[in-house]
Amino acid sequence: MESFSLILAIVVVTALAFDFTNGFHDTANAMATTISTGALRPKVAVALSAALNLVGAFLSVEVANTISKGLVDESGIRPEVIFAALVGAILWNLLTWLVGLPSSSSHALMGGLIGATVASAGFGAVHGDALVTKVLLPAVAAPVVAGVAALAGTRLSYVLGRRADGKAAEKGYRVGQIASAGLVSLAHGTNDAQKTMGVITLALVAGGAVAPDSDPPTWVILSAGLAIALGTYLGGWRIIRTMGKGLTDLAPQQGFAAQTSAATAILASSHLGFSLSTTHVVSGSVMGAGLGRKGGVVRWSTATRMLVAWALTLPAAALVGAGAEWLTGLGDWGTALVAVFLVASSAGIWLVSRRQVVDHTNVNEVEQPAGVVTTAIAAVTPPPTVSAASAAPADAEAGDPPVTFPAQATAPPAAATTEPTAPPAAAV
Amino acid sequence: MTIDWAALGSVFGVSLAVTVGLVVLFTLGIAGLSRRERAAAQGGSAALAAAGAYVCFAACAAAVAYGIHLIVAKG
Repeated sequence: MESFSLILAIVVVTALAFDFTNGFHDTANAMATTISTGALRPKVAVALSAALNLVGAFLSVEVANTISKGLVDESGIRPEVIFAALVGAILWNLLTWLVGLPSSSSHALMGGLIGATVASAGFGAVHGDALVTKVLLPAVAAPVVAGVAALAGTRLSYVLGRRADGKAAEKGYRVGQIASAGLVSLAHGTNDAQKTMGVITLALVAGGAVAPDSDPPTWVILSAGLAIALGTYLGGWRIIRTMGKGLTDLAPQQGFAAQTSAATAILASSHLGFSLSTTHVVSGSVMGAGLGRKGGVVRWSTATRMLVAWALTLPAAALVGAGAEWLTGLGDWGTALVAVFLVASSAGIWLVSRRQVVDHTNVNEVEQPAGVVTTAIAAVTPPPTVSAASAAPADAEAGDPPVTFPAQATAPPAAATTEPTAPPAAAV
Repeated sequence: MTIDWAALGSVFGVSLAVTVGLVVLFTLGIAGLSRRERAAAQGGSAALAAAGAYVCFAACAAAVAYGIHLIVAKG
């Protein structure tokens, strides 16, 4: 660590900032269902998740070692490129947080890296095959895999658990949800904290501070773990609200089925070498659990906005990353300009968010804040026609015994399956 | 470009099977405990149901332990 240049220090700080946004962006993945079903109080849930993220960060360095290899050529990558990539990723994370949409932090990071690399070294430096097989395909597969599993799990749990009620059942589902949410948090810590470690290590290698092919230094592991835990603890309440309440209404059984399928899919995918994004997996499993209950309904308008955000994540982060890289290429003042821009826009986004605060006190209230950006995205997105029809009966039927209106109860999901903008359902 | 359909397929199969298996086990466990609760309320006992419930929960706990093992063993 002798030649620790200024740019390298900036990159490390920016990477930790990204790790922080990653933490509070992805709290929802582990804890949204636990919070919305009341299994844990909001503050307790995020504290537990933060602790497990921190533990997870120390468990292995394998992900950190693979993040840099494969997607872009390491050779000839400069610290400025990584800085530009991180700027793109952070801004996209903050923007999606502002509108309360869960989107993959890994995709944002990869998008930023790709954009910055293209701006720096041309399209040849990006491995197109890796892009499709490691990014695009998993993004489509993840919600389908987890969604189908959660749907089947929820169905069965309602069939088998007809006569399960009372205190014992209530307590049981609570414990089950906490256990599976804990597993998701732990897996998230090992995956996502390590992505940042990988990026920092990549920057250190690129800057010549550590030898190529070396493991992340201890201080990198420690600081990355702390950054993601702190972010997780602060909680991305906006995204938690969307995930836990906005997509569908979850009863404890559904929360348990959703979280179990999410934990299983995440572990199976990372173990079998077909990595899936935690965000996509959890969103899919929440929707699947929503559809699995009789009369349960997914709010496809929210789901559609989420899918739009997923589709935009990579290109948007890439665009910002490319722009930032172009600016840093102009010289040191360009880099400084990018840094100022990053800080200023982050502060701006935070200020806008203060207009309509979402925190642990109102995280379980349903209505969405209609901010400027939300309206803009809503304007771009054609609202699916079924959403109004399906949202209404959902409220009417919530908690109803399954007898009253069988035709009406099954109608919304059936109508929704024909909706072209709903890949998880359409692909089933 | 080679898409690893085998890996994708196995992820799908394993996720589905394990999720369904766990949810079924867990729900049976909860149903067993509920039955004991009901029996206790009427002054009876349902030892078999309770024992079955604990077997189910033990299997779920084993699955969680295996999950943690997978996370840890990656390093």
